[in-house]
Amino acid sequence: MSFNTVKKILLYIFMTILAIGMLIPFFWMVSTSLKDGNNVFEFPPKWIPNPIKWSNYAEVWEVVPFAAFALNSFLLALCVTCGQVLTSAFAAFSFARLNWWGRDKVFFAYLATMMIPGAVTMIPLFLLLRYLGWIDSYKAIIIPGIFSAYGTFMLRQFFMGLPTELEDAARIDGCNLWEIFWNVTIPLSKPALATLSIFTFLGNWRNFQWPLIVLQTSEKMTLPVGLAYFMGEHSTKWNLLMAGSLMSIVPLVAIFLIGQRFFVKGIQLGGVKG
Amino acid sequence: MIEKKKLRECAAGFLFILPNFTGFMIFTLLPVCAAFILAFYKWDILTAPQFIGLGNFTRLFTDKAFWNSFYNTLILMTGIPLSMAASLFLALMVNKSLRGIIVYRTLYFFPSICSGIGLLLLWRWIYNPDFGLLNVLLSYIGIDGPNWLGSVFWAKPALIFMGIWTGMGGTNMILYLAALQGVNPELYEAADMDGASNWRKFYHITLPMISPTTFFIFTMSIISGFQGSFDSVFIMTGGGPAGSTTNLSFHIYRNAYELFNMGYASSMALVLFAIVLVATLINWKYGGKKVTY
Repeated sequence: MSFNTVKKILLYIFMTILAIGMLIPFFWMVSTSLKDGNNVFEFPPKWIPNPIKWSNYAEVWEVVPFAAFALNSFLLALCVTCGQVLTSAFAAFSFARLNWWGRDKVFFAYLATMMIPGAVTMIPLFLLLRYLGWIDSYKAIIIPGIFSAYGTFMLRQFFMGLPTELEDAARIDGCNLWEIFWNVTIPLSKPALATLSIFTFLGNWRNFQWPLIVLQTSEKMTLPVGLAYFMGEHSTKWNLLMAGSLMSIVPLVAIFLIGQRFFVKGIQLGGVKG
Repeated sequence: MIEKKKLRECAAGFLFILPNFTGFMIFTLLPVCAAFILAFYKWDILTAPQFIGLGNFTRLFTDKAFWNSFYNTLILMTGIPLSMAASLFLALMVNKSLRGIIVYRTLYFFPSICSGIGLLLLWRWIYNPDFGLLNVLLSYIGIDGPNWLGSVFWAKPALIFMGIWTGMGGTNMILYLAALQGVNPELYEAADMDGASNWRKFYHITLPMISPTTFFIFTMSIISGFQGSFDSVFIMTGGGPAGSTTNLSFHIYRNAYELFNMGYASSMALVLFAIVLVATLINWKYGGKKVTY
C-alpha cells in the first residue's frame, strides 16, 4: 500500500470519527425518546431501550397540544413568508429599477434600521401592539413579520444584478411597469425568491423570543414556545421531551433536504445566517 | 413630456413601495424612535409613564446586575475564536477532493440545521448531571462529571461548548469553504516548488488569502454575540445559577417582560446598541488592517 493510500484511509477514519462525534447527540435523543419513563433514569443507561416504546411519540400529542403547536408554527411561517416575499419584491423593484424623489435616503433608512439590535425595537413594538389589543393574537406575529428590511435589501441587490435588456424590450413592446415586474423581473428572480422564502420560513419557524413575549394561551403557541411550555409542565419526562424535540426537528431536516441547493446560495447572496 | 414621464415614474415608485414602506414606518421606524424616547421614562405599564430624564442611564452605570450581564456576555463571546477555528478546520477537511466528501460536508452541516428549541432541550438533557450523555461518556473513562448547568463555574463553558458544536459545521464552514476554493492554486504550486511545508503554506498563503472572509465572520460573530443567545439562556439555565449565565439580551428580556421596567429595559437596549456600534467600529478600524488581500 502506498503512503498516499495510508494517508487517505487515515483521513477517512478521522473524518468519520468527527462525524460520529457530531451525530452522537442525535443517537442519544432517539434512544431516550423510545425509553419507558422508568428506564430513562437508569444508570448505566442502555443505548438500545428495552422495551422500545413507540407509543411515546403518540403520547406527546396527548400530553400537550402538540398538533396545535405544529399547525400554528406552519401557518404563521407560511403567512409571514408569503407576505414578506411579496412586499419585499415590490419594494426592491422600486429601489432597484425606479427613480423617485428621496429613494436613496429612504433606502439608507432601511439599512440603518438593520443595524439596530432586535431588543431595541421589541419593547416599543410590544407596547404598541398592546395598545392595539393585538397581544395574544396571530396579528402580532404576522403583521410586523411581513415587513423586513433584510428581504428588501437582498432582493434589491439581486434585481440590480439582473440585465436590463429584457425589461427594455418589454418596455418597447408597450408593457407598463406592473407587467414588467410580473412577467419579466419575477420569473428571472426565481432562485433569489426561493432562497428568501426558505430562509424566511425557517427563521419564522424557529423564532422563539417574539412569540414567547406575544402569545399567552397555550393553544395559540408556536412549536418553539410550545416546547418550552412542555419543558415547564413536564420537566422530568425526558422520554416524551426527546420525542417532541425530535418531531420538531424533522420539518427542519425535510426543508433542508428538499431545498439543499438554496442554502449555499442563500449564504452567498447575503451572508444570511442559516 | 419628459417631466410627465418622470412624474409617472415617481408615482409608480411610490406605489410599489407603499405597502412595504407603510409597514416599515409603523413597525420598524416608529418603534426605533419610541425606544429613544421611552428610555427617558419610568413605566411599568400599570401606572402612567413618568419622565425621569437620565435616571435610567445613571441607574445602569451603578447596577451590579447590568454589569454582571455585560461580563457574562463577554465571557460567552470568548468561544468565538474557537468556533471560527473549528469551522476553518472543518472547511479544510471537506475541501479535499476525496470520494464521498459531500456526505461528510452534509453531516457536519447537519447540527446547525437542527438549531432551535428542540436542540436546546436535547442539550439540556445531555448536560443532566446524573443521566445525561456527557456524564455517561465521562463515566466510561472514570471521570465523575459535574453538574454542568447547575454550577456557577461550569455553566458558561457548557453553553460555549454547545454553541461551538452546533455552529462549527454551519454557515461559517460554508463561507470558509467558498473562500478556500477561491484561492489561486498557482500560489500553492509555487510554494511547492520552493519546498514549503504544509504549515508554511497554510500560514503564509491560505490564511492571508481567506482573511476577508475571516474578517466578515468575525464581525458578524461579534455583532450577534453581543445581541444574541437569548434562546439558549432561557431554555438551558433560565439565567442562573445565581445569575452566572444571564447575558445582556436575557437581562433586557427579564426587565421588560417579567419585571415590567419598560423604560429601564429600553435604556439598556440602547446601551446594547451603542456597545455593538462601538465594537463594530473598533473591529472595522483595527481588524480591517489585518485583511491582507
